[in-house]
Amino acid sequence: MSFVPVVEEPAGTAAAEPAEQGTSLWKDAWHRLAKNKLAVSGAILLIVITAAAFLGPLFMSQSYETQNLELGATPPSAQHWLGTDTLGRDMFVRLLYGGQVSMAVGLCATAVALTIGVIYGTVAGFIGGKVDALMMRIVDIMFALPFTVFVILLMVFFGRKFVLLFAAIGAVQWLTMARIVRGQVKSLRRMEFIEAAEALGLPKHKIIFRHMIPNALGPIIVYATLTVPSVMLLEAFLSFLGLGVQPPMSSWGVLIKEGAENMEEFPWMLIFPGTALALTLFSLNFLGDGLRDALDPRASKD
Amino acid sequence: MFRFIAGRLLQMIPVLLIIATLTFFMIRLAPGGPFDAEKSVSPEIRKSLEKYYRMVNPDGSPRSLWLQLGDYLGNLAKGDLGPSSKYSSRTVNELIGESFPVSAELALWSLLIALGFGLPAGITASLRPNTASDYIPSSLAMAGISVPNFVIGPLLVLVFALKLEWVRVSGWDDWIDRILPSITLGVLYAAYIARLTRGGMLEILSQDFIRTARAKGASQLRVVMKHALRGGLVPVVSYLGPAVAGLVTGSFVVESIFQVPGLGRYFVNAAFNRDYTMVLGAVLFYAALIVLFNLLVDLVLVWMDPKQKFA
Amino acid sequence: MAGDALLQVEDLRTYFHTRGGVVRAVDGVSFDIRKGETLGIVGESGSGKSVACYSLLRLIPQPPGRFESGRAMFDGTDLLHCSDEELRKIRGNRLSMIFQDPMTSLNPYMRIGEQLIEPLLLHRDVSRDDAWQQGVAALRDVGIQDGEKRMRSYPHEFSGGMRQRVMIAMALITRPELLIADEPTTALDVTVQAQILELIRKMQCELGSAVIFITHDIGIVSSFCDRVLVMYAGRIIETAPTAQLFYEPKHPYNQALQRAIPALNAKGRDLYTIPGAPPDVSKPMRGCPFAPRCEYAQEKCVTSKIELWDVAPNHRSACLRVKLGEIDLTPAERPDTSAVEDPVRA
Repeated sequence: MSFVPVVEEPAGTAAAEPAEQGTSLWKDAWHRLAKNKLAVSGAILLIVITAAAFLGPLFMSQSYETQNLELGATPPSAQHWLGTDTLGRDMFVRLLYGGQVSMAVGLCATAVALTIGVIYGTVAGFIGGKVDALMMRIVDIMFALPFTVFVILLMVFFGRKFVLLFAAIGAVQWLTMARIVRGQVKSLRRMEFIEAAEALGLPKHKIIFRHMIPNALGPIIVYATLTVPSVMLLEAFLSFLGLGVQPPMSSWGVLIKEGAENMEEFPWMLIFPGTALALTLFSLNFLGDGLRDALDPRASKD
Repeated sequence: MFRFIAGRLLQMIPVLLIIATLTFFMIRLAPGGPFDAEKSVSPEIRKSLEKYYRMVNPDGSPRSLWLQLGDYLGNLAKGDLGPSSKYSSRTVNELIGESFPVSAELALWSLLIALGFGLPAGITASLRPNTASDYIPSSLAMAGISVPNFVIGPLLVLVFALKLEWVRVSGWDDWIDRILPSITLGVLYAAYIARLTRGGMLEILSQDFIRTARAKGASQLRVVMKHALRGGLVPVVSYLGPAVAGLVTGSFVVESIFQVPGLGRYFVNAAFNRDYTMVLGAVLFYAALIVLFNLLVDLVLVWMDPKQKFA
Repeated sequence: MAGDALLQVEDLRTYFHTRGGVVRAVDGVSFDIRKGETLGIVGESGSGKSVACYSLLRLIPQPPGRFESGRAMFDGTDLLHCSDEELRKIRGNRLSMIFQDPMTSLNPYMRIGEQLIEPLLLHRDVSRDDAWQQGVAALRDVGIQDGEKRMRSYPHEFSGGMRQRVMIAMALITRPELLIADEPTTALDVTVQAQILELIRKMQCELGSAVIFITHDIGIVSSFCDRVLVMYAGRIIETAPTAQLFYEPKHPYNQALQRAIPALNAKGRDLYTIPGAPPDVSKPMRGCPFAPRCEYAQEKCVTSKIELWDVAPNHRSACLRVKLGEIDLTPAERPDTSAVEDPVRA
């Protein structure tokens, strides 16, 4: 047949070499992210909330524990911006401290999930074959388990310890991460530059750490960003059931629980922590969505 | 297909065995016994209770946990989840049989709300991406995902029960009591379903065969309903498996906020009261429920996508 | 000629308004097609040939696509500006389309029969049973036996060639007056290509439909079409009856295209390629779009206003120097016409 062979395609239609994506991939992603107004607003809001939670208490005269039983619960006023709780403690200070705890749990538990998930997924994807099939079957089965139920049991039966809390949450959240990383590693394995590295006799751990993980970084970052809000939610959920952070320490979940108990007379005790948690989750979710659109253009459909 | 179902049901047995064993050891190895929580229990009563539950040998010496597990699994094989270790006059089967229908009804209403709002919102958003008719439902969905149900629930109570007094604060007697709990539990799933629908529909609507359908003279309505929906809903249906697991978890909070006498509340109470047999029974019941529902979802997926085979 | 024109396209401009700028995919295209005629549209990828034809059925996503100007009169209806309702009555009924990739153009979630008889159900007052019987007959016409069983299959159970047969049957089941075929053989094996071309030709003879045949394959054009349009950078640069277009090229691009056909018997000779790449249609262009790659180009080719001029009877070209009579293009060496250009008869 007689085709027209003369034409060079104007745009590069061939798949870009991952090795060459390098800086331009991240630059492109950055530009795409910067254009996404929702994601940028989310990021800004998040910075503001984080800064307030961690720096704000430095400028506060009151401690989160300072009680004033005579004062009791008061609505927002010039002195107590967000009012006080039933023990006369300043809600604003408690909110900031609660934020520290909630965010710390969010980050630590995500780190746990990230570590387990990345290692598990990389190993499964890299070894492949029957080991991979077995490891992923295990993940499938675990997906089918009512995991939150186990976390509840763990917290009830083994005491409400802080460390246990994010270990337990992290242990629940690693499954999806493992799946994502494994998928990435599997597809990367078939790429030529990995085959070349193998042919050159590079040791396996070097291939994994030098080539695999950096190239799988995009989806990992995206999913980690989306894990933080779900972890914070789980912490708040446990605290709401009285299984999470224990008094006198507070987290947003604890404050919401206290607020829900007193909402009839003192609605501000529920509304402010609820809003703080919702706004933070909102920002994280928008940022995560924006990152996904930016880092993984194929995944975004528009 | 029959072999597929049978295979999956057989797979359930080891899964449930593992769960039973794990849960059993977890709660039994934890510090503190089932009757420690109750200060009113005298040592004598405690002894007799321990005998009744065969936690000690007839001579009073502690019985091996493995033997106890064996007892439990033996009864489990007969479908007997044992007597409640908190309410010794009730069996776990009875408790679950009483409370699960309530939870199931709540879950059903929530799911209907979720589908009723989520599907239209997602489809609308997908038809004109990146316009107001996309941004509004998409942002609402994001809000629905970000506001936890234990915030929504109390707020709804505050506004509609305490301030406006349209509904009662709690209870589960007539249909009006169903409204707030179902909304509280359903919001999150409506939001997820809207997002999944939007994504699935956008994917399908960009396919060549949609262009073919338009070229044949099909109207927009027909293109969406007849050509796109079936493929576009695949992600939503896949999500219904995990959604049921999520509804179980959500029921813990929602049932305690609204004082709904469902399995979720029973389970949380049982955990706090260290009602061993009830906890074990509920965990196994939930696990079986989730596995069965995932199987159902897989069957529906095969029916929806002709390319899928039973494997 | 205008009297028996089935479709008259005037000054069609389809632009895409993207973030990167305005892409002038189709930039002032006019042509017409008579009843029963076969018109070929040839061009490289990105020349606007497919966009032009999709525009006729308004299958361009809007936004980002927009019709900046133009009319497409089909039996008194302007396809570009009529109501959705009117357009739907024409689509798939009087004007059908076959797409490039049969693997993706059939709905994988619907049975073949459902899709095949859909145009009948939409446009004809027939019962489902009647439509079903017609569907079975239509499959037989395109060479698919045991239609009863095949109607109940899903697309993934068919080969590429079979699916394209289904697409043809589906497009022709309403006996349309005009069929637009967008590279219907590009995605198929060479042996299957010839069968599909033969099938389209056979069906066209039976039904008397006009056909617009979009292709980048000059060989198909020469064997198949009465008349040919050559498109480049969103514009028509030459149009003539097929034989004339080949034997008396009046535009350097057409000449270069033909020279670039790899000859089967030209072993050992270097393949000819046109230097450079097609222009970026998102940037404004002055003068002749082909000038930067043209060996005959002069200063005036860029500075003058370029139109589609009559350069010979029934033959129009957008080459200024041909119009001025300054150059006389010879046909490319064509030693291999019989061998290459007739896949249908081969």
